[in-house]
Amino acid sequence: MGRIVGYLLIYLILQTIALDLLQLDGLIVDITFHLLWVTALVGFAHVIVKQKMSVFVLKRSFEALLTVFVIATVTFLLLRTIPGGPFDSDKALPPEIVANINAKYNLDKPLIQQYLIYITDLFRGDLGYSYKYIGRSVSDIIAESFPASFKLGFYSLIIAYLFGIPLGLYAAARHNTWWDSFLMFIANSGVALPSFLVAPILIIIFSFWLHWLPPALWDGPIYYIMPVITLGIRPAAVIARLTRSSVLDVIRSDFIRTAKSKGLSEKVVLYKHVLRNSLIPVLTMSGPLIAGLLSGTFVIEIIFAVPGMGKHFVQSVSNRDYPLILGLTLLYSAILVAANLLVDLLYAIVDPRIKLS
Amino acid sequence: MSEKQGNSLYKDAFKRLFKNKAALISTIIIVVTTFIAVFAEWISPFSFTKQDVGNMYQSFGYPHLLGTDGLGRDMLSRLIHGAQVSMAVGFFTSIVSLVMGIIYGAISGWFGGWVDSLMMRFVDLIYAIPTLVLLILVMVIFNSFDVFEDPKYKALTGIFLALTVVGWVGVARLVRGQVLQTKEMLYVEAAQSIGVGSFSIILRHILPNILGPIIVTLTFQIPANILFESFLSFIGLGLQPPYSSWGVLANDGWRAIRTYPHLIISPGVALYIVILSFNLLGDGLRDAFDPQLKNR
Repeated sequence: MGRIVGYLLIYLILQTIALDLLQLDGLIVDITFHLLWVTALVGFAHVIVKQKMSVFVLKRSFEALLTVFVIATVTFLLLRTIPGGPFDSDKALPPEIVANINAKYNLDKPLIQQYLIYITDLFRGDLGYSYKYIGRSVSDIIAESFPASFKLGFYSLIIAYLFGIPLGLYAAARHNTWWDSFLMFIANSGVALPSFLVAPILIIIFSFWLHWLPPALWDGPIYYIMPVITLGIRPAAVIARLTRSSVLDVIRSDFIRTAKSKGLSEKVVLYKHVLRNSLIPVLTMSGPLIAGLLSGTFVIEIIFAVPGMGKHFVQSVSNRDYPLILGLTLLYSAILVAANLLVDLLYAIVDPRIKLS
Repeated sequence: MSEKQGNSLYKDAFKRLFKNKAALISTIIIVVTTFIAVFAEWISPFSFTKQDVGNMYQSFGYPHLLGTDGLGRDMLSRLIHGAQVSMAVGFFTSIVSLVMGIIYGAISGWFGGWVDSLMMRFVDLIYAIPTLVLLILVMVIFNSFDVFEDPKYKALTGIFLALTVVGWVGVARLVRGQVLQTKEMLYVEAAQSIGVGSFSIILRHILPNILGPIIVTLTFQIPANILFESFLSFIGLGLQPPYSSWGVLANDGWRAIRTYPHLIISPGVALYIVILSFNLLGDGLRDAFDPQLKNR
């Protein structure tokens, strides 16, 4: 049962990717999407029941909600108490206008009342209105910019795992050889390359010289290639390094010696016994990685003119657009706690010995 | 074995470190870059603001080895002065956040109990706020106080504060974990039993024993902060022209990428080499402090 759901889930994810890359639209997209989340839910429910983790998951979900709530509170109070205000400008405004603005955004009320208004709105799913983009709600701004960032981050994550894990495994299997040093030099370089060096080099080669790829914008799969590579290089390199050192740790353990001594081939030992056990550290770092990549990256989105969320992270703070800062921070922390919860569930799938409580 | 030769742990570690070729070369690169950064005024062939109006947008060549930018300023000189800012920010922010992290982590780990839980919840909280938001928030707040007139010191202090606020959290976590492990050791118990105070135990018995991982963290924090500084300057929030840092140069280069791609290559490559060196040195140090890891 679990296996079937797993395969179905993988199939549906692949189909969703295919639909996105082929730029298809219409009923099939909706059907796939709904099937996808239903299958994912069923899959998680299955794992939770099978591993007897329901108490753990409930506890963790509650903790996650609490975390997001605490972050909302702290960020709110922090933003209201820092010196300077969102409507301070070089040009002095007439007092009536200042009073009107303050009244519109509830800034004239006492702090505790402002906070209660914000929290009640938050529970209704209302993040308020932006101070800077007049008349636009924070939810609108996020809904408009999140998809591009999400896609960019999602494909980069796939690239990162797809290249990082095999390369790390290969380097570890060839430990202390020329291949190992070479691959690790590549990985170290990948960690050290600043994105504003990678991006221009890619643009110069593939856009200006070869004319193969568009240098910027976000209009279809061909536009994805360069931003995804630029964003994916560093996590791929980090994962490769981590996988390698983790594999080298596992190779020394007794159960690997047992597996080898009972005559299993190198390949079976490596793929079946070593890899699975060395994925734990990679999983551990996945939570923050997922949250970081999915919520947008400013430099890459600016360089490739991707209409994503990264620019809001920077501009909202510079503009002191408090509702937008709060909305973005909450979205980020929600993704972070969700990703961490997902990672905990994956621990149980990868290594059934891990007992979560 | 080390006792026989009378070598200390650290002497041994450095011996191992310099047997590692990558770490040795990296150390040389870092020392040379630091030297260039410190003596930038004397080493750079031209002034970093002087315009050579007849030679704008020169490519690599003579007399401007790395070419000139759109205002005819010598790129090599700007790169050398940029090294000064980038390296200074990298070193100082890392050291200050390291000290903060050590103090916080040591207190949290040593006293344990509710003090520990409370202090660690605060760390978790800072972790959950996006780094970029925290970073820029600190700079925006700092800039709202007009402490400095000089734009260079203003920008540098802002960056310094922001990177310190963001950087100490990771160190605090690491040190706390190390202190938790070390305080169970018998020598700590022995010190306690003869009535040594908490402060002296932390300073004289625990810190020297966890110095290895701390030094390794420092070598990874410095490149991370150099990259952060260049990133902030690249997006226009850090240092502003005519002052120079590698991020400022990259930003200048980015504006002229279509026509003069050489302008973005040199700061990018400089960053790449320095960061790579720090990372390789960090790896080398980790292996040197923990030889069992290496000899498997």
